[in-house]
Amino acid sequence: MSEKWNITLKVSRQKEGETPHFDEYKMEVDPDEYVLDAVERVWAFMDRTVCFRHACHHSTCGACGMRVNNVEKLTCITSIRDMCQDGGTLKVEPLRNFPVISDLAVDMGSLYNRLEAVGARSVLPVPEAEIEKPASTWDPADQQYIRLADCIECGLCISACPSAATSSGYLGPAVLAGAQANGLKRNPELLQLVDAEDGVWRCHSAFECSAVCPSLVDPARRIMNLRTQVFTERFSRLFHKA
Amino acid sequence: MEKPSPDKFWTWFNPVGRETGGWAFILNRVTALGLTFYLYLHLVILSQLATGPQAYDQFVALMRNPISISAEVLVVAAGIMHGLNGIRIVLTTFGFGVTRQKQLFYGLMALALVIILFFTVRMFTA
Repeated sequence: MSEKWNITLKVSRQKEGETPHFDEYKMEVDPDEYVLDAVERVWAFMDRTVCFRHACHHSTCGACGMRVNNVEKLTCITSIRDMCQDGGTLKVEPLRNFPVISDLAVDMGSLYNRLEAVGARSVLPVPEAEIEKPASTWDPADQQYIRLADCIECGLCISACPSAATSSGYLGPAVLAGAQANGLKRNPELLQLVDAEDGVWRCHSAFECSAVCPSLVDPARRIMNLRTQVFTERFSRLFHKA
Repeated sequence: MEKPSPDKFWTWFNPVGRETGGWAFILNRVTALGLTFYLYLHLVILSQLATGPQAYDQFVALMRNPISISAEVLVVAAGIMHGLNGIRIVLTTFGFGVTRQKQLFYGLMALALVIILFFTVRMFTA
């Protein structure tokens, strides 16, 4: 028989023109269920007006990113046990730094447009992917393969980033990580975009993006690497004028 | 609507749900503001001292007060923490210790504590 907890789910509610407020829903849950399961239960059995995004339920689509007890989480892989205790409260809010469409659903359009602007790829050739086995050890025959890129475009990094809170033009961690994966050597036209006020230099090293990333993309490390790429590219251009 | 805006600068100081890097970010901002305020205060006081020897003597007497020395210790502490935190940012920007940024922060802040203690003792016993 599975363990049962009684929890209170506090859901942030905000329809167009409304001031945000919380609605509370008391429910019995299995603590090993996921936070998304609890939100879905509200929608299915208690309040059909609760609006949220979800699709795959296995951390691939990146749709269900929310703030759970003040921390950015992919709710389909975040167990209730990890976030509260029996008799406790689970506070669920929309991601920060994106316009709220309704309740927990935010408009991710700016992220997708910027990912497109830097040519972020959803699949990578195997030799370019960061995997445990170094590319140099791959058999030449294996180099034809491609794999899904790690970033699932969930936006958690942008929500957690303090710099993104104050600058609407900031490309943001996921986008800069996408540019880094592309590389300035391969895409020199990206230099102007990332070597700018709202590019790599807007990052103020809070490393919150890497702390919340559910796919271990480690955007902060990639931003630092992109800065090195910018230095290298700028320095080499001093000696190779076009 | 939760759109990014410069008006939300106060969210930089919200420690809720932050990790080590976030704490370092907040510490850098708080110490920077403190040092900027001190610089302003310093210039104001310097301009007062120019009024004559009596003003100078009065100010020196005031600065020997334990409360004044405590305030000076705070300035020294802010300068040391801000400087060492800055070194961490420079190192990670150049690709050094990026994957060990937490340990780097804790290590540098431990060093800051030792230096601050040294200065505290020196300033109160001088």
